[in-house]
Amino acid sequence: MTDWVVFWIAAPISVFSGAAMILSKNAVHSALWLILNFFTLAVFFLVLGSPFLFVVQIIVYAGAIMVLFLFVLMLLGVDRTLPLTERIKGQRLLAAVLGIGLIVGLFVVVGVGVGFARETLPNFDTVNAGGNVQALAKVLFNQYFFPFEVTSVLLIVAAIGAMVHGRRRIALEDTIDGAEDESEPDASPGSDAAALGPAGNGEVARDATAVPP
Amino acid sequence: MRTPIAYFLLLSGVLFTIGTLGVLVRRNALVIFMSVELQLNAVNLALVTFARQQGNLTGQVLTFFSMVVAAAEVVVGLAIIVSLYRKRRSADVDDANLLKG
Repeated sequence: MTDWVVFWIAAPISVFSGAAMILSKNAVHSALWLILNFFTLAVFFLVLGSPFLFVVQIIVYAGAIMVLFLFVLMLLGVDRTLPLTERIKGQRLLAAVLGIGLIVGLFVVVGVGVGFARETLPNFDTVNAGGNVQALAKVLFNQYFFPFEVTSVLLIVAAIGAMVHGRRRIALEDTIDGAEDESEPDASPGSDAAALGPAGNGEVARDATAVPP
Repeated sequence: MRTPIAYFLLLSGVLFTIGTLGVLVRRNALVIFMSVELQLNAVNLALVTFARQQGNLTGQVLTFFSMVVAAAEVVVGLAIIVSLYRKRRSADVDDANLLKG
């Protein structure tokens, strides 16, 4: 009974916020709708017997990932509204047809595979015996121990990749034009290291030269 | 009043379709990226639902891994979008036409 009530409260919010996310003109509004969507998904995780994923969903997705999104949005400028007109002729129509096809296919697959029979959710208490976190840890650190360790390598690679992409030097070569070219010595590796040394980092040096002469 | 397990799967399918439509229709790279996140989350919901149906925690462990991969993906993807914006002064995917013949 409780899961029925919670489902029919959270599911419309979830679908509505997802639709509002792709229809918003402002990217910040999109991000906020997506945060609401992540919260409703966290509620579903709780209903389905996974308090651990409920907490992780809120902390990692609604917290960390969406803050990162908003941070990048602020970095790129938020004052513009995005044009929603289509540039490729018939793209919307084709997308709608494909979307309807996908959703019909998914309904058929779920109907054939699981069935729409009105039954209670299967009992999960024996699986979650001793607490969901403890039960999950038993599976994670026995059966899936090696993938779990590989995950740490993935995170380090992602952090290094973000640093490589976010470096300032890439911007200096391509987008800063004209006036600063003569103030900047050539981009040989030696001078690059020398420029980074005393100034602390490239950004400080660039901002100093960007001030009107 | 009982909730069939299928309802959660159908909701997951609807959310996945919304995410797909977002990827197909929108042109701002960040909004496309958010739609991809929505798709990932829809699949997470399906995984947790199947874990409940099968009485097995493997689905929840897979969801956990998928969240880790999504976090790493967001970090690198947003860095790529920022560096693309620095080069092109635009986060519009139509402006990224360096490989156009």
